[in-house]
Amino acid sequence: MATIDDVKKLAALARMRVGDAELAKFTSEFDAILAYVGQLEQLNLPKDLKAGKPPVRNVMREDGEPHKGGTYTEKLAEQFSAREGNALSVKQIIQHGKAFASAPRYEKTK
Amino acid sequence: MGKLSLQLPDMKKLNEMTIEEAARALRAREYSVQDLWDACIKAIHENNPKLNAYLEIFPADTAAVAAAQKRIDTEGEKAPLLCGIPLAIKDNILIEGKIASAASKMLENYRATYDATVVKKLKETGALFLGRTNMDEFAMGSSTEHSAFGKTLNPHDTTRVPGGSSGGSAAAVAAHLAIAALGSDTGGSIRQPAALTGLVGLKPTYGAVSRSGLIAMGSSLDQIGPLTKTVADARILYEAIRGKDVLDSTTIPDGLYKTAKPVKHLRIGVPKDLLKEGIDEDVRKTFDVMLEKLMKAGHTLVDIELPTSAHALAAYYVIMPAEVSTNLARLDGIRYGHFSRGDTLLDDYINSRTEGFGEETRRRILLGTFVLSSGYIDAYYRKADAARAILRKEYDDSFTKVDVITFPTTLSPAFKFGDKGDPLSMYLEDIFTVTANLTGMPAISVPMGNVKRDGKDLPVGIHFTAPHQGEEILFAIGAAVEKI
Repeated sequence: MATIDDVKKLAALARMRVGDAELAKFTSEFDAILAYVGQLEQLNLPKDLKAGKPPVRNVMREDGEPHKGGTYTEKLAEQFSAREGNALSVKQIIQHGKAFASAPRYEKTK
Repeated sequence: MGKLSLQLPDMKKLNEMTIEEAARALRAREYSVQDLWDACIKAIHENNPKLNAYLEIFPADTAAVAAAQKRIDTEGEKAPLLCGIPLAIKDNILIEGKIASAASKMLENYRATYDATVVKKLKETGALFLGRTNMDEFAMGSSTEHSAFGKTLNPHDTTRVPGGSSGGSAAAVAAHLAIAALGSDTGGSIRQPAALTGLVGLKPTYGAVSRSGLIAMGSSLDQIGPLTKTVADARILYEAIRGKDVLDSTTIPDGLYKTAKPVKHLRIGVPKDLLKEGIDEDVRKTFDVMLEKLMKAGHTLVDIELPTSAHALAAYYVIMPAEVSTNLARLDGIRYGHFSRGDTLLDDYINSRTEGFGEETRRRILLGTFVLSSGYIDAYYRKADAARAILRKEYDDSFTKVDVITFPTTLSPAFKFGDKGDPLSMYLEDIFTVTANLTGMPAISVPMGNVKRDGKDLPVGIHFTAPHQGEEILFAIGAAVEKI
Protein backbone atom coordinates (compact mmCIF):
# COMPACT_ATOMS: atom_id res chain seq x y z
CA MET A 1 0.00 0.00 0.00
CA ALA A 2 1.58 3.27 -1.09
CA THR A 3 1.11 6.36 1.06
CA ILE A 4 1.28 10.02 0.12
CA ASP A 5 4.55 10.25 2.05
CA ASP A 6 5.99 7.36 0.01
CA VAL A 7 5.19 9.12 -3.25
CA LYS A 8 6.66 12.37 -1.90
CA LYS A 9 9.88 10.55 -1.06
CA LEU A 10 10.01 8.90 -4.48
CA ALA A 11 9.54 12.28 -6.14
CA ALA A 12 12.41 13.71 -4.11
CA LEU A 13 14.61 10.77 -5.10
CA ALA A 14 13.65 11.26 -8.76
CA ARG A 15 14.37 15.01 -8.56
CA MET A 16 10.79 16.02 -9.25
CA ARG A 17 8.07 17.96 -7.48
CA VAL A 18 4.54 16.56 -7.28
CA GLY A 19 1.71 18.92 -6.34
CA ASP A 20 -0.79 18.02 -3.59
CA ALA A 21 -3.63 17.20 -5.97
CA GLU A 22 -1.40 14.98 -8.05
CA LEU A 23 0.05 13.31 -4.96
CA ALA A 24 -3.32 11.87 -4.01
CA LYS A 25 -3.99 10.77 -7.60
CA PHE A 26 -0.57 9.14 -8.08
CA THR A 27 -0.87 7.39 -4.71
CA SER A 28 -4.19 5.74 -5.52
CA GLU A 29 -3.03 4.82 -9.03
CA PHE A 30 0.13 3.31 -7.54
CA ASP A 31 -1.98 1.03 -5.39
CA ALA A 32 -3.82 -0.29 -8.45
CA ILE A 33 -0.61 -0.71 -10.48
CA LEU A 34 1.30 -2.35 -7.62
CA ALA A 35 -1.63 -4.70 -6.94
CA TYR A 36 -1.46 -5.72 -10.59
CA VAL A 37 2.31 -6.25 -10.74
CA GLY A 38 2.08 -7.97 -7.33
CA GLN A 39 0.74 -11.04 -9.16
CA LEU A 40 4.41 -11.85 -9.78
CA GLU A 41 4.42 -13.04 -6.17
CA GLN A 42 2.37 -16.08 -7.24
CA LEU A 43 5.07 -17.24 -9.64
CA ASN A 44 6.97 -20.35 -8.65
CA LEU A 45 10.51 -19.67 -9.69
CA PRO A 46 12.81 -22.55 -10.54
CA LYS A 47 16.19 -22.42 -8.81
CA ASP A 48 18.16 -22.40 -12.04
CA LEU A 49 17.17 -19.50 -14.24
CA LYS A 50 20.18 -19.71 -16.52
CA ALA A 51 18.21 -21.51 -19.26
CA GLY A 52 16.10 -18.47 -20.03
CA LYS A 53 18.81 -15.84 -19.76
CA PRO A 54 20.18 -14.47 -23.02
CA PRO A 55 23.62 -15.92 -23.81
CA VAL A 56 26.47 -13.75 -22.62
CA ARG A 57 28.97 -12.88 -25.33
CA ASN A 58 32.00 -10.66 -25.62
CA VAL A 59 31.11 -7.27 -27.06
CA MET A 60 34.56 -5.69 -26.61
CA ARG A 61 36.08 -4.14 -29.69
CA GLU A 62 39.26 -2.33 -30.61
CA ASP A 63 39.15 1.43 -30.20
CA GLY A 64 38.49 3.09 -33.52
CA GLU A 65 39.85 6.43 -34.69
CA PRO A 66 38.14 9.19 -32.73
CA HIS A 67 36.55 12.06 -34.64
CA LYS A 68 38.55 15.26 -34.99
CA GLY A 69 38.53 17.38 -31.83
CA GLY A 70 36.02 20.21 -31.95
CA THR A 71 33.78 18.66 -34.60
CA TYR A 72 30.74 18.67 -32.34
CA THR A 73 31.74 21.34 -29.84
CA GLU A 74 29.64 24.19 -31.16
CA LYS A 75 26.59 22.01 -31.81
CA LEU A 76 26.74 20.64 -28.27
CA ALA A 77 27.49 23.98 -26.64
CA GLU A 78 24.55 25.59 -28.43
CA GLN A 79 22.24 23.43 -26.34
CA PHE A 80 23.77 24.32 -22.95
CA SER A 81 21.46 26.03 -20.49
CA ALA A 82 24.29 28.53 -19.90
CA ARG A 83 27.75 28.70 -21.39
CA GLU A 84 31.03 30.51 -20.98
CA GLY A 85 32.86 30.20 -24.25
CA ASN A 86 32.82 26.51 -24.96
CA ALA A 87 32.32 25.58 -21.32
CA LEU A 88 29.06 24.55 -19.70
CA SER A 89 28.39 26.95 -16.86
CA VAL A 90 26.71 25.63 -13.71
CA LYS A 91 26.10 26.91 -10.21
CA GLN A 92 28.92 26.71 -7.75
CA ILE A 93 28.10 23.96 -5.29
CA ILE A 94 31.06 23.97 -2.89
CA GLN A 95 32.40 26.97 -1.04
CA HIS A 96 34.73 27.19 1.93
CA GLY A 97 32.70 27.05 5.10
CA LYS A 98 29.39 27.01 3.33
CA ALA A 99 26.94 24.19 2.84
CA PHE A 100 25.40 23.10 -0.43
CA ALA A 101 22.01 24.62 0.30
CA SER A 102 23.45 28.06 0.93
CA ALA A 103 25.42 28.22 -2.31
CA PRO A 104 25.30 31.65 -3.92
CA ARG A 105 22.67 32.48 -6.47
CA TYR A 106 23.69 31.76 -9.96
CA GLU A 107 24.35 34.60 -12.38
CA LYS A 108 23.69 33.77 -15.98
CA THR A 109 26.62 34.66 -18.21
CA LYS A 110 24.82 34.57 -21.51
CA MET B 1 -11.91 17.54 -77.91
CA GLY B 2 -10.80 17.98 -74.35
CA LYS B 3 -7.32 17.24 -73.15
CA LEU B 4 -6.87 13.64 -72.01
CA SER B 5 -5.89 13.17 -68.41
CA LEU B 6 -2.68 11.20 -68.02
CA GLN B 7 -3.95 9.67 -64.83
CA LEU B 8 -6.60 6.98 -65.13
CA PRO B 9 -9.45 7.28 -62.64
CA ASP B 10 -8.68 3.95 -60.97
CA MET B 11 -4.98 4.65 -60.81
CA LYS B 12 -3.44 5.12 -57.39
CA LYS B 13 -2.28 8.58 -56.48
CA LEU B 14 1.49 8.81 -56.09
CA ASN B 15 1.36 9.18 -52.32
CA GLU B 16 -0.88 6.11 -52.07
CA MET B 17 1.74 3.81 -53.55
CA THR B 18 3.77 1.26 -51.63
CA ILE B 19 7.58 1.38 -51.59
CA GLU B 20 7.64 -1.38 -54.20
CA GLU B 21 5.18 0.42 -56.49
CA ALA B 22 6.86 3.80 -56.12
CA ALA B 23 10.34 2.34 -56.73
CA ARG B 24 9.10 0.63 -59.89
CA ALA B 25 7.37 3.82 -61.13
CA LEU B 26 10.50 5.90 -60.51
CA ARG B 27 12.66 3.44 -62.43
CA ALA B 28 10.17 3.31 -65.30
CA ARG B 29 10.38 7.15 -65.45
CA GLU B 30 6.63 7.36 -64.96
CA TYR B 31 7.21 9.98 -62.30
CA SER B 32 10.15 11.90 -60.93
CA VAL B 33 11.39 11.88 -57.34
CA GLN B 34 10.18 15.49 -57.12
CA ASP B 35 6.66 14.42 -58.23
CA LEU B 36 6.54 11.79 -55.50
CA TRP B 37 7.82 14.20 -52.85
CA ASP B 38 5.32 16.88 -53.94
CA ALA B 39 2.40 14.42 -53.86
CA CYS B 40 3.24 13.45 -50.26
CA ILE B 41 3.71 17.07 -49.18
CA LYS B 42 0.41 18.06 -50.80
CA ALA B 43 -1.39 15.26 -48.94
CA ILE B 44 0.29 16.33 -45.70
CA HIS B 45 -0.81 19.95 -46.13
CA GLU B 46 -4.36 18.81 -46.85
CA ASN B 47 -4.75 16.29 -44.04
CA ASN B 48 -2.18 16.84 -41.32
CA PRO B 49 -3.98 19.83 -39.76
CA LYS B 50 -6.85 17.42 -39.03
CA LEU B 51 -4.85 14.31 -38.06
CA ASN B 52 -1.80 15.83 -36.30
CA ALA B 53 0.33 12.92 -37.49
CA TYR B 54 3.39 15.12 -38.05
CA LEU B 55 4.83 17.49 -35.46
CA GLU B 56 7.03 19.10 -38.08
CA ILE B 57 7.13 18.96 -41.86
CA PHE B 58 10.65 19.37 -43.19
CA PRO B 59 11.35 21.74 -46.08
CA ALA B 60 12.31 19.91 -49.25
CA ASP B 61 15.98 18.97 -49.25
CA THR B 62 16.49 19.88 -52.90
CA ALA B 63 20.02 18.50 -52.96
CA ALA B 64 18.81 15.11 -51.64
CA VAL B 65 15.90 15.04 -54.11
CA ALA B 66 18.26 15.83 -57.01
CA ALA B 67 20.84 13.27 -55.82
CA ALA B 68 18.17 10.54 -55.57
CA GLN B 69 16.89 11.34 -59.07
CA LYS B 70 20.41 11.29 -60.47
CA ARG B 71 21.10 7.95 -58.83
CA ILE B 72 17.95 6.39 -60.29
CA ASP B 73 18.82 7.85 -63.69
CA THR B 74 22.36 6.52 -63.66
CA GLU B 75 22.05 3.30 -61.65
CA GLY B 76 18.56 2.27 -62.83
CA GLU B 77 17.60 -1.12 -61.38
CA LYS B 78 20.77 -1.19 -59.28
CA ALA B 79 19.69 1.85 -57.26
CA PRO B 80 18.43 0.93 -53.77
CA LEU B 81 14.65 0.43 -53.65
CA LEU B 82 14.37 3.21 -51.07
CA CYS B 83 16.14 5.74 -53.30
CA GLY B 84 13.86 8.77 -53.67
CA ILE B 85 11.17 7.33 -51.37
CA PRO B 86 9.70 9.88 -48.89
CA LEU B 87 9.48 8.50 -45.35
CA ALA B 88 8.13 9.71 -42.01
CA ILE B 89 10.36 9.41 -38.95
CA LYS B 90 9.19 9.10 -35.35
CA ASP B 91 10.14 12.08 -33.21
CA ASN B 92 12.48 10.04 -30.98
CA ILE B 93 14.90 9.14 -33.80
CA LEU B 94 17.72 11.63 -34.34
CA ILE B 95 18.25 13.39 -37.66
CA GLU B 96 21.25 15.72 -37.52
CA GLY B 97 20.26 19.37 -37.34
CA LYS B 98 16.56 18.62 -36.82
CA ILE B 99 14.61 18.85 -33.59
CA ALA B 100 14.00 15.49 -31.90
CA SER B 101 11.59 16.16 -29.04
CA ALA B 102 10.20 12.69 -28.24
CA ALA B 103 6.92 14.69 -28.09
CA SER B 104 8.05 16.17 -24.77
CA LYS B 105 8.30 19.75 -23.52
CA MET B 106 11.61 18.59 -22.05
CA LEU B 107 13.17 18.30 -25.52
CA GLU B 108 10.93 20.75 -27.39
CA ASN B 109 13.96 22.69 -28.61
CA TYR B 110 16.55 19.91 -28.63
CA ARG B 111 18.33 19.75 -31.97
CA ALA B 112 20.03 16.47 -32.83
CA THR B 113 23.81 16.78 -33.09
CA TYR B 114 24.22 13.56 -35.06
CA ASP B 115 22.28 11.07 -37.19
CA ALA B 116 20.84 7.93 -35.64
CA THR B 117 22.46 4.90 -37.28
CA VAL B 118 19.14 4.01 -38.94
CA VAL B 119 18.90 7.54 -40.38
CA LYS B 120 22.48 7.36 -41.63
CA LYS B 121 21.69 4.06 -43.33
CA LEU B 122 18.50 5.43 -44.89
CA LYS B 123 20.36 8.51 -46.15
CA GLU B 124 22.87 6.18 -47.79
CA THR B 125 20.03 4.49 -49.71
CA GLY B 126 18.80 7.88 -50.96
CA ALA B 127 15.57 7.84 -48.93
CA LEU B 128 14.00 11.23 -48.15
CA PHE B 129 12.51 12.47 -44.87
CA LEU B 130 9.16 14.24 -44.90
CA GLY B 131 9.03 15.16 -41.24
CA ARG B 132 8.94 13.94 -37.67
CA THR B 133 5.84 12.22 -36.38
CA ASN B 134 3.84 12.55 -33.19
CA MET B 135 4.05 9.99 -30.41
CA ASP B 136 3.30 9.45 -26.74
CA GLU B 137 5.85 11.41 -24.73
CA PHE B 138 9.15 9.46 -24.60
CA ALA B 139 7.22 6.57 -26.23
CA MET B 140 5.16 5.96 -23.10
CA GLY B 141 1.60 5.19 -24.06
CA SER B 142 -0.68 3.31 -26.40
CA SER B 143 -2.78 6.11 -27.92
CA THR B 144 -0.62 9.26 -28.54
CA GLU B 145 -2.86 10.97 -25.96
CA HIS B 146 0.29 11.45 -23.87
CA SER B 147 2.01 13.66 -26.47
CA ALA B 148 2.86 17.13 -25.16
CA PHE B 149 1.80 18.50 -28.55
CA GLY B 150 -1.74 17.18 -28.95
CA LYS B 151 -3.13 13.80 -29.84
CA THR B 152 -3.01 12.15 -33.27
CA LEU B 153 -6.31 11.02 -34.84
CA ASN B 154 -6.96 7.63 -36.42
CA PRO B 155 -7.59 8.16 -40.17
CA HIS B 156 -10.16 5.31 -40.16
CA ASP B 157 -12.28 7.10 -37.54
CA THR B 158 -11.12 10.42 -36.19
CA THR B 159 -13.00 9.95 -32.92
CA ARG B 160 -10.62 7.10 -32.14
CA VAL B 161 -6.95 6.73 -31.24
CA PRO B 162 -4.39 5.58 -33.80
CA GLY B 163 -2.65 3.55 -31.10
CA GLY B 164 0.75 4.36 -29.73
CA SER B 165 3.32 5.20 -29.03
CA SER B 166 4.20 5.36 -32.77
CA GLY B 167 0.69 6.68 -33.52
CA GLY B 168 1.90 9.60 -35.64
CA SER B 169 3.94 7.32 -37.90
CA ALA B 170 0.98 4.93 -38.20
CA ALA B 171 -1.55 7.67 -39.01
CA ALA B 172 0.86 9.25 -41.52
CA VAL B 173 1.23 6.00 -43.50
CA ALA B 174 -2.41 4.92 -43.15
CA ALA B 175 -3.61 8.31 -44.46
CA HIS B 176 -1.00 8.21 -47.27
CA LEU B 177 0.94 11.18 -45.88
CA ALA B 178 4.11 9.08 -46.31
CA ILE B 179 5.02 6.00 -48.32
CA ALA B 180 6.27 4.29 -45.15
CA ALA B 181 7.58 5.23 -41.71
CA LEU B 182 9.91 4.30 -38.88
CA GLY B 183 8.65 3.79 -35.37
CA SER B 184 10.10 2.36 -32.18
CA ASP B 185 8.72 -0.50 -30.11
CA THR B 186 9.36 -1.02 -26.39
CA GLY B 187 6.21 -2.98 -25.52
CA GLY B 188 4.15 -2.91 -28.71
CA SER B 189 4.58 0.69 -29.89
CA ILE B 190 4.97 -0.28 -33.56
CA ARG B 191 2.68 -3.32 -33.71
CA GLN B 192 -0.32 -1.98 -31.79
CA PRO B 193 -0.67 1.25 -33.86
CA ALA B 194 -0.06 -0.78 -37.03
CA ALA B 195 -2.95 -3.07 -36.06
CA LEU B 196 -5.27 -0.18 -35.22
CA THR B 197 -4.59 1.66 -38.49
CA GLY B 198 -4.50 -1.30 -40.90
CA LEU B 199 -0.74 -1.43 -41.45
CA VAL B 200 2.09 -3.90 -41.20
CA GLY B 201 4.36 -3.26 -38.20
CA LEU B 202 7.57 -5.11 -37.40
CA LYS B 203 9.47 -5.22 -34.10
CA PRO B 204 12.82 -6.74 -35.08
CA THR B 205 14.89 -9.13 -32.95
CA TYR B 206 16.52 -7.23 -30.07
CA GLY B 207 19.92 -6.22 -31.43
CA ALA B 208 18.99 -6.57 -35.11
CA VAL B 209 18.70 -2.80 -35.53
CA SER B 210 21.02 -0.27 -33.91
CA ARG B 211 19.57 1.89 -31.14
CA SER B 212 22.28 4.53 -31.57
CA GLY B 213 20.41 7.81 -31.94
CA LEU B 214 17.12 6.50 -30.58
CA ILE B 215 16.04 8.46 -27.51
CA ALA B 216 16.13 5.67 -24.94
CA MET B 217 13.07 4.49 -23.05
CA GLY B 218 13.70 0.90 -21.90
CA SER B 219 17.15 -0.01 -23.18
CA SER B 220 16.74 -3.79 -22.87
CA LEU B 221 13.41 -3.65 -24.74
CA ASP B 222 13.62 -0.85 -27.37
CA GLN B 223 13.91 -1.60 -31.08
CA ILE B 224 13.37 0.60 -34.15
CA GLY B 225 11.25 -0.90 -36.92
CA PRO B 226 9.08 -0.21 -39.97
CA LEU B 227 5.40 0.72 -40.32
CA THR B 228 4.37 0.00 -43.89
CA LYS B 229 1.45 -0.72 -46.19
CA THR B 230 2.65 -4.23 -47.09
CA VAL B 231 4.82 -7.03 -45.72
CA ALA B 232 7.18 -6.67 -48.70
CA ASP B 233 7.67 -2.99 -47.81
CA ALA B 234 8.40 -3.89 -44.18
CA ARG B 235 11.11 -6.23 -45.43
CA ILE B 236 12.65 -3.55 -47.67
CA LEU B 237 12.81 -1.03 -44.84
CA TYR B 238 14.02 -3.60 -42.31
CA GLU B 239 16.81 -4.77 -44.62
CA ALA B 240 17.92 -1.15 -45.06
CA ILE B 241 18.18 -0.32 -41.36
CA ARG B 242 19.39 -3.57 -39.80
CA GLY B 243 22.97 -4.64 -39.08
CA LYS B 244 25.67 -4.70 -36.45
CA ASP B 245 26.82 -1.26 -35.37
CA VAL B 246 29.94 -0.26 -33.44
CA LEU B 247 27.88 2.51 -31.83
CA ASP B 248 25.50 0.01 -30.19
CA SER B 249 27.21 -2.94 -28.53
CA THR B 250 23.87 -4.74 -28.13
CA THR B 251 23.58 -5.16 -31.91
CA ILE B 252 24.14 -8.74 -33.03
CA PRO B 253 25.93 -10.32 -35.99
CA ASP B 254 24.07 -12.37 -38.61
CA GLY B 255 23.70 -16.02 -37.70
CA LEU B 256 24.15 -15.54 -33.93
CA TYR B 257 21.02 -17.64 -33.44
CA LYS B 258 20.45 -20.79 -35.44
CA THR B 259 17.11 -20.10 -37.05
CA ALA B 260 15.47 -22.36 -39.61
CA LYS B 261 14.68 -20.97 -43.06
CA PRO B 262 10.97 -20.45 -43.77
CA VAL B 263 9.28 -23.42 -45.40
CA LYS B 264 6.16 -23.32 -47.58
CA HIS B 265 3.82 -24.64 -44.93
CA LEU B 266 4.40 -23.36 -41.43
CA ARG B 267 3.50 -24.76 -38.03
CA ILE B 268 1.54 -22.04 -36.24
CA GLY B 269 1.43 -22.23 -32.45
CA VAL B 270 -1.80 -21.01 -30.84
CA PRO B 271 -1.68 -20.43 -27.05
CA LYS B 272 -5.39 -21.16 -26.51
CA ASP B 273 -5.28 -20.64 -22.73
CA LEU B 274 -4.31 -17.00 -23.24
CA LEU B 275 -7.17 -16.39 -25.64
CA LYS B 276 -9.96 -17.57 -23.35
CA GLU B 277 -11.03 -14.21 -22.01
CA GLY B 278 -10.72 -10.47 -22.44
CA ILE B 279 -10.75 -10.44 -26.23
CA ASP B 280 -13.46 -8.49 -28.06
CA GLU B 281 -15.91 -10.94 -29.65
CA ASP B 282 -15.54 -9.52 -33.18
CA VAL B 283 -11.74 -9.51 -32.94
CA ARG B 284 -11.82 -13.13 -31.77
CA LYS B 285 -14.11 -14.08 -34.65
CA THR B 286 -11.87 -12.37 -37.22
CA PHE B 287 -8.85 -14.10 -35.70
CA ASP B 288 -10.50 -17.55 -35.81
CA VAL B 289 -11.58 -17.03 -39.42
CA MET B 290 -8.02 -16.10 -40.36
CA LEU B 291 -6.61 -19.18 -38.61
CA GLU B 292 -9.13 -21.36 -40.44
CA LYS B 293 -8.05 -19.85 -43.76
CA LEU B 294 -4.37 -20.31 -42.96
CA MET B 295 -5.07 -23.94 -42.19
CA LYS B 296 -6.90 -24.35 -45.50
CA ALA B 297 -3.89 -22.80 -47.21
CA GLY B 298 -1.79 -25.71 -45.94
CA HIS B 299 -0.36 -24.37 -42.67
CA THR B 300 -0.73 -26.40 -39.48
CA LEU B 301 -2.23 -25.14 -36.22
CA VAL B 302 -0.62 -26.47 -33.05
CA ASP B 303 -1.94 -25.96 -29.51
CA ILE B 304 0.81 -24.66 -27.26
CA GLU B 305 1.07 -23.52 -23.67
CA LEU B 306 2.85 -20.41 -22.50
CA PRO B 307 1.72 -20.21 -18.86
CA THR B 308 4.09 -17.42 -17.82
CA SER B 309 2.67 -15.16 -20.55
CA ALA B 310 -0.18 -14.43 -18.16
CA HIS B 311 2.38 -12.62 -15.98
CA ALA B 312 4.29 -10.97 -18.83
CA LEU B 313 2.58 -7.58 -18.57
CA ALA B 314 3.19 -7.48 -14.82
CA ALA B 315 6.88 -8.22 -15.37
CA TYR B 316 7.00 -5.60 -18.12
CA TYR B 317 5.48 -2.95 -15.87
CA VAL B 318 8.31 -3.50 -13.40
CA ILE B 319 11.26 -3.76 -15.81
CA MET B 320 10.18 -0.98 -18.17
CA PRO B 321 9.62 1.77 -15.54
CA ALA B 322 12.88 0.74 -13.85
CA GLU B 323 14.73 1.36 -17.11
CA VAL B 324 12.71 4.52 -17.80
CA SER B 325 13.61 6.07 -14.44
CA THR B 326 17.26 5.26 -15.09
CA ASN B 327 17.34 6.51 -18.69
CA LEU B 328 15.43 9.70 -18.00
CA ALA B 329 17.66 10.60 -15.04
CA ARG B 330 20.02 12.17 -17.59
CA LEU B 331 17.44 14.83 -18.43
CA ASP B 332 18.08 17.65 -15.99
CA GLY B 333 18.04 20.70 -18.24
CA ILE B 334 21.70 21.51 -17.68
CA ARG B 335 23.40 20.28 -20.86
CA TYR B 336 20.34 20.31 -23.10
CA GLY B 337 16.58 20.30 -22.85
CA HIS B 338 14.11 22.37 -20.86
CA PHE B 339 15.84 24.49 -18.22
CA SER B 340 14.18 26.30 -15.36
CA ARG B 341 16.35 28.21 -12.91
CA GLY B 342 16.00 27.85 -9.15
CA ASP B 343 17.98 29.02 -6.12
CA THR B 344 20.27 26.03 -5.94
CA LEU B 345 21.60 23.47 -8.41
CA LEU B 346 19.16 20.95 -6.94
CA ASP B 347 16.32 23.41 -7.58
CA ASP B 348 17.52 23.72 -11.18
CA TYR B 349 17.15 19.96 -11.60
CA ILE B 350 13.81 19.75 -9.83
CA ASN B 351 12.28 22.73 -11.63
CA SER B 352 13.50 21.60 -15.06
CA ARG B 353 12.28 18.02 -14.62
CA THR B 354 8.95 18.98 -13.03
CA GLU B 355 8.13 21.45 -15.83
CA GLY B 356 9.63 19.37 -18.63
CA PHE B 357 7.98 15.99 -18.06
CA GLY B 358 4.30 15.25 -18.65
CA GLU B 359 2.08 13.30 -16.30
CA GLU B 360 2.58 9.77 -17.67
CA THR B 361 6.35 10.23 -17.83
CA ARG B 362 6.45 11.36 -14.21
CA ARG B 363 4.20 8.45 -13.20
CA ARG B 364 6.55 5.92 -14.75
CA ILE B 365 9.68 7.58 -13.36
CA LEU B 366 8.13 7.38 -9.88
CA LEU B 367 7.11 3.76 -10.41
CA GLY B 368 10.60 2.90 -11.62
CA THR B 369 12.17 4.67 -8.66
CA PHE B 370 9.91 2.63 -6.38
CA VAL B 371 10.63 -0.82 -7.85
CA LEU B 372 14.36 -0.15 -7.75
CA SER B 373 14.42 1.18 -4.21
CA SER B 374 16.10 -0.97 -1.58
CA GLY B 375 13.52 -3.01 0.27
CA TYR B 376 11.43 -3.50 -2.84
CA ILE B 377 13.98 -4.52 -5.46
CA ASP B 378 13.74 -8.23 -4.51
CA ALA B 379 9.96 -8.25 -4.43
CA TYR B 380 9.55 -6.53 -7.76
CA TYR B 381 12.56 -6.07 -10.04
CA ARG B 382 14.38 -9.36 -9.36
CA LYS B 383 11.11 -11.31 -9.53
CA ALA B 384 10.21 -9.65 -12.84
CA ASP B 385 13.65 -10.36 -14.23
CA ALA B 386 13.23 -14.03 -13.27
CA ALA B 387 9.76 -14.12 -14.88
CA ARG B 388 11.36 -12.75 -18.02
CA ALA B 389 13.86 -15.61 -18.09
CA ILE B 390 11.13 -18.22 -17.59
CA LEU B 391 9.05 -16.63 -20.34
CA ARG B 392 11.96 -16.75 -22.75
CA LYS B 393 12.55 -20.42 -21.91
CA GLU B 394 8.86 -21.23 -22.53
CA TYR B 395 9.01 -19.53 -25.92
CA ASP B 396 12.28 -21.29 -26.80
CA ASP B 397 10.72 -24.64 -25.86
CA SER B 398 7.60 -23.93 -27.93
CA PHE B 399 9.73 -23.09 -30.95
CA THR B 400 11.00 -26.66 -30.99
CA LYS B 401 7.43 -27.63 -31.98
CA VAL B 402 6.25 -24.63 -34.04
CA ASP B 403 7.67 -22.04 -36.46
CA VAL B 404 5.62 -19.07 -35.29
CA ILE B 405 3.32 -18.24 -32.39
CA THR B 406 0.16 -16.26 -33.03
CA PHE B 407 -2.55 -14.26 -31.25
CA PRO B 408 -4.49 -11.10 -32.09
CA THR B 409 -2.25 -7.99 -31.83
CA THR B 410 -4.79 -6.21 -29.62
CA LEU B 411 -7.77 -7.16 -27.48
CA SER B 412 -10.07 -4.79 -29.37
CA PRO B 413 -10.15 -2.38 -32.31
CA ALA B 414 -9.12 1.29 -31.88
CA PHE B 415 -10.77 2.81 -28.81
CA LYS B 416 -12.25 6.28 -28.44
CA PHE B 417 -10.25 9.18 -27.05
CA GLY B 418 -10.48 9.30 -23.28
CA ASP B 419 -11.82 5.74 -22.99
CA LYS B 420 -8.74 4.51 -21.12
CA GLY B 421 -8.50 7.23 -18.53
CA ASP B 422 -6.92 5.19 -15.76
CA PRO B 423 -3.31 4.13 -16.36
CA LEU B 424 -3.82 0.41 -15.76
CA SER B 425 -6.49 0.03 -18.45
CA MET B 426 -4.16 1.76 -20.92
CA TYR B 427 -1.30 -0.55 -19.88
CA LEU B 428 -3.49 -3.59 -20.65
CA GLU B 429 -3.45 -2.55 -24.33
CA ASP B 430 0.04 -4.07 -24.52
CA ILE B 431 -0.87 -7.41 -22.92
CA PHE B 432 -0.07 -9.50 -26.01
CA THR B 433 2.73 -7.46 -27.55
CA VAL B 434 5.07 -7.08 -24.55
CA THR B 435 6.21 -10.71 -24.60
CA ALA B 436 8.25 -10.17 -27.77
CA ASN B 437 10.09 -7.27 -26.10
CA LEU B 438 10.72 -9.25 -22.92
CA THR B 439 12.06 -12.26 -24.85
CA GLY B 440 13.85 -10.16 -27.49
CA MET B 441 12.17 -12.14 -30.25
CA PRO B 442 11.00 -10.57 -33.53
CA ALA B 443 7.26 -10.03 -34.02
CA ILE B 444 5.00 -8.66 -36.71
CA SER B 445 1.43 -7.38 -36.89
CA VAL B 446 -0.38 -7.84 -40.20
CA PRO B 447 -3.93 -6.64 -41.00
CA MET B 448 -6.39 -9.55 -40.65
CA GLY B 449 -9.65 -7.77 -41.48
CA ASN B 450 -12.05 -5.17 -40.18
CA VAL B 451 -14.65 -5.01 -37.45
CA LYS B 452 -17.58 -2.59 -37.55
CA ARG B 453 -18.04 0.05 -34.87
CA ASP B 454 -20.52 2.96 -35.16
CA GLY B 455 -20.95 2.16 -38.85
CA LYS B 456 -17.22 2.40 -39.55
CA ASP B 457 -14.82 -0.34 -40.57
CA LEU B 458 -11.95 -0.52 -38.10
CA PRO B 459 -8.88 -2.60 -38.95
CA VAL B 460 -7.52 -5.25 -36.59
CA GLY B 461 -4.25 -7.14 -36.74
CA ILE B 462 -2.92 -10.66 -36.34
CA HIS B 463 0.37 -11.01 -34.48
CA PHE B 464 3.16 -13.50 -35.06
CA THR B 465 6.30 -14.07 -33.02
CA ALA B 466 9.29 -16.01 -34.40
CA PRO B 467 12.52 -17.23 -32.76
CA HIS B 468 15.45 -14.77 -32.52
CA GLN B 469 16.62 -13.64 -35.97
CA GLY B 470 13.58 -15.34 -37.54
CA GLU B 471 12.37 -12.22 -39.40
CA GLU B 472 12.25 -14.15 -42.69
CA ILE B 473 9.71 -16.53 -41.18
CA LEU B 474 7.60 -13.53 -40.15
CA PHE B 475 7.73 -12.11 -43.67
CA ALA B 476 6.68 -15.53 -45.03
CA ILE B 477 3.67 -15.93 -42.73
CA GLY B 478 2.83 -12.22 -43.20
CA ALA B 479 2.77 -12.68 -46.96
CA ALA B 480 0.57 -15.76 -46.50
CA VAL B 481 -1.93 -13.66 -44.51
CA GLU B 482 -1.88 -10.93 -47.18
CA LYS B 483 -2.70 -13.49 -49.88
CA ILE B 484 -5.87 -14.61 -48.09
